[in-house]
Amino acid sequence: MKRANRIITEQTQGFTFTRRAMLLGGMQVAVGGVLATRMAWLSIAENERYRLLAESNRVQLILIPPRRGWIVDRHGRPIANNRTSFRVDLIPEQLRDRGPVLASLREMLALDEEEMQRINDDLDKAARYQPVPVAENIDYEHYAAVTVRMAEEPGVAPTSGNARFYPAGAAVGHLTGYVGAASPKQYEETHDPLLITPGFKVGKDGLERTMESILRGKPGARREEVTARGKLVRDLETRPDTPGGTLHLTIDAGLQEYAARRLGSNSGAVVVIDCQTGDLLAMASMPSYDPNSFSDGISHSEWNMLSADDHLPLVNKVLQGLYPPGSTSKPMTALGLLEAGIDPDAKVNCTGAYRVGNSFFHCSKRGGHGPINLANAIKVSCDIYFYHFGVVAGINALAPMARKLGLGAEFPLPVTTQRYGTVPDPAWMERKYHKSWSTYDTVNTSIGQGYMLVNPLQLAVMVARIASGRAILPNMVQKTRKTAPPLDVSAEHLEFVRNAMSSVVNGGGTAGVARLPVDGVLLAGKTGTAQVRRITMAERRRGVLSNSALPWKYRDHSLFICFAPVASPRYAAAVIVEHGGWGASVAAPIARDTITWLYDKNKAMDRLLALEADWGGDIVTRMNAKAVAWRAAKAAEGNSIASPGDADDDA
Amino acid sequence: MRDSLIPAPIALIPWRLILLVVAIGVFGLVILYSAAGGSLKPWAEPQGVRFIVFLLGAILLSRVPEGYIKAVSFPIYGILLVMLLVVELFGIVGGGSQRWLDLGFIRIQPSELMKPVIVLVLATFYEQLPASESRRFTAIWPAAILIGLPAALVLLQPDLGTAMMIVAGGITITFLAGLPLRLYVGGLALFAAGMPLALGLMHDYQRNRVLIFLNPESDPLGTGYHISQSKIAIGSGGLFGKGFLNGTQSHLDYLPEGHTDFVFATMAEEWGLMGGLFLIAAFLLVVNWGIRVSLRAKTRFGQLAAAGLATTIFFYFAINLMMVMGLAPVVGIPLPLVSFGGSAMMTVLLCLGLLMAIDRNSRLPG
Repeated sequence: MKRANRIITEQTQGFTFTRRAMLLGGMQVAVGGVLATRMAWLSIAENERYRLLAESNRVQLILIPPRRGWIVDRHGRPIANNRTSFRVDLIPEQLRDRGPVLASLREMLALDEEEMQRINDDLDKAARYQPVPVAENIDYEHYAAVTVRMAEEPGVAPTSGNARFYPAGAAVGHLTGYVGAASPKQYEETHDPLLITPGFKVGKDGLERTMESILRGKPGARREEVTARGKLVRDLETRPDTPGGTLHLTIDAGLQEYAARRLGSNSGAVVVIDCQTGDLLAMASMPSYDPNSFSDGISHSEWNMLSADDHLPLVNKVLQGLYPPGSTSKPMTALGLLEAGIDPDAKVNCTGAYRVGNSFFHCSKRGGHGPINLANAIKVSCDIYFYHFGVVAGINALAPMARKLGLGAEFPLPVTTQRYGTVPDPAWMERKYHKSWSTYDTVNTSIGQGYMLVNPLQLAVMVARIASGRAILPNMVQKTRKTAPPLDVSAEHLEFVRNAMSSVVNGGGTAGVARLPVDGVLLAGKTGTAQVRRITMAERRRGVLSNSALPWKYRDHSLFICFAPVASPRYAAAVIVEHGGWGASVAAPIARDTITWLYDKNKAMDRLLALEADWGGDIVTRMNAKAVAWRAAKAAEGNSIASPGDADDDA
Repeated sequence: MRDSLIPAPIALIPWRLILLVVAIGVFGLVILYSAAGGSLKPWAEPQGVRFIVFLLGAILLSRVPEGYIKAVSFPIYGILLVMLLVVELFGIVGGGSQRWLDLGFIRIQPSELMKPVIVLVLATFYEQLPASESRRFTAIWPAAILIGLPAALVLLQPDLGTAMMIVAGGITITFLAGLPLRLYVGGLALFAAGMPLALGLMHDYQRNRVLIFLNPESDPLGTGYHISQSKIAIGSGGLFGKGFLNGTQSHLDYLPEGHTDFVFATMAEEWGLMGGLFLIAAFLLVVNWGIRVSLRAKTRFGQLAAAGLATTIFFYFAINLMMVMGLAPVVGIPLPLVSFGGSAMMTVLLCLGLLMAIDRNSRLPG
């Protein structure tokens, strides 16, 4: 290496030092310049971006859930409103020490073992962003305790807000539906932060669900300055929420509640409709659930109790219950016969049995009615007359009339589900069963048995159309009414059927019990008893078993349709009591009392209170008693599912 | 040119430098006052007391003759090496990292003191080395051992930032001592090539810091949080800042370590680019004064030591600023004279005291 030979003196060393020291100093100044440039870049070129980031650090936007719009009845009485409530939620993604937090919440709020189990389960399976309710509708003292003691605990969210309240409770359960926290799926779809705001609820069923867009309203917002640990420093500004709109129903809350209470412990439905306008005044389905407890979040055991009940409290029977109309179809069949040109004075000799091929069809009256015309056949509900002339006129005279009166139809209503049943005819038979129509089927259809299935709402529409002579459509929401065109049926024939229905009640017919206890108001109606089992020839020889001798689920359905007043029809109603037995005995008195309420509330209430004294109290009392009995039975049997005791009887 | 009315001992003190240092220190106290939410406690007050004590200590140190400093540099180096070893052993016994040595009346961080002492000991070594040997291997290996031993012990603590500063300070002296230039060019190339290997040997938390430095947004809530929040604080300050006591990042605790390692971000949020430029300029002037002391120095020890001490101060502030502005990984180097804490302040004022001593030596007549 030739460089190694270079002679280094102290002088050259000094030069080297000076050069290198100046280079070092220069480099230091250069680095200082880089630092200054970098800082200028951050604070000037990127200032806007970092200013926003600092602001979004500092300011937290808290959504204020909108107050949900009220649901009110035709007179403005609230069916669903809001009341102040205090609640505590946990936000899983912010929660640090679950164990100690839950322990102190348990102590503060006096939560029981079942509640703790539910909270733990929910925390395990909830999405991290989804609030898990700890307790709802707690009183102010408990709320204040949690607010004070857990203020700095991340993930514990005590909130004061509005809870949905249904003053009539179970009586309107199926009508209104209920509200609940949004499902994770709903949040995934929209990523609307309102959906995961503690205390915010969406409609889950019924009107609450179908009218969600009107009822929800727009959330308010509060801008808060918070520290990195989430502690509130101060409120910056608040924008109030826009409450949801009020939903005006055609329902009469008083009538709805009366009808629901009048059904008692029966499984059934009552529909009352204004037969001139189509306004639905009552749509009661019982037994029901209490939408208040559903909206607060229902417990496992409450849910199990409702699911196991054979009276199906979770099914809205007005729209989802399908039943053979039985004899309540006779006014309709009569209209079909008249329109087909059958002479109403022509008589049939009723011997009590009617033969088609090898089968015998029997009349409701053993031994028969003897010679009988149309008016009397309706009045005493003779089956043989309708078998005979049904076959004469043919199915193609009956099925179109059924459709004209609203059977088999799905109505344009804001409801979650409608089962629209069946109006059988040869085309339907071919489509569904690939069979040809037989006389046997016409005979069954002529008295509303066989394949014919209707829901209680359709029955009410049917009787309303007969009563008014207008093709009314049912509606639940005010201001959606359209003027109904006249029904395409001869007014004379309608008048004939209406008079026949009046004599059912007022002229010594099958439903004398349904006569109104109101002066000057006559009620016209028709009973129905729909068979749900096949009566064998062997049983018929031994003697048909009476309903009370049969297990509940094999008993006949009890039906009644009616309208009032006869002179100028205003109200129409349909009542179905599942497995209630003979139509006149159960359904007709319920219809009578419900219509009575419209004219004389005191008289109707006196009657109801007397009945409820026998039944063991009003709806709330009976439901509570049932829940207590259920828990006791569960406790006695361990984990096996017990069915709640049958509280029904033949009224 | 010297006014005879002013006594020589006072005239020999570099008053302009003192003024500059006091300006930085007082600004630091103002920032700490704000970082505590507008309160002298818990940081500004003890820091102010410390500052006065250490500054007086530095001025006293400036009166120590250069020859004495040279004479004690090797013994002190030896003592610090032993202390580093003891700290390391305590660390093994106690479990986890240990940096302090508690002597009862004072807690000493030997790695911190090693930063100026490595400069002194190397300057002593190269002064004694004959000029003819300065491009031979005998100029390299003793220096390598002198640097390598403390660096290795500090790295074991583990304290990557301090180890890097010891190595960088030592290498600066060897460079100034006149070792062949190609060694540095080659070394730089080796360093670049060896980075991936170094990453593999690092502790997990050290490696994470480096990786997240390269992409801080990859982990905005974890280790990258420090850098992200620091950049937000600096960037949101703008040209003139949000105003004294108005920083939200620091006062609402979004900025971690806002009174220690990230104190510059706390300052920048409230004083903006102007405050930043003031600090950068002030530190550059201090460092530049140190370089000029070295150029004026009459002895080889004075030259090398002064330039090395000035560079040590430079490393402190440059690495800290690069760290808080997202140009370097978070290695835990405080901003001297400003960050809360006694060690860095003591080291930097020790450096300045030694620089003043060398300056005084070169200005003494004859």
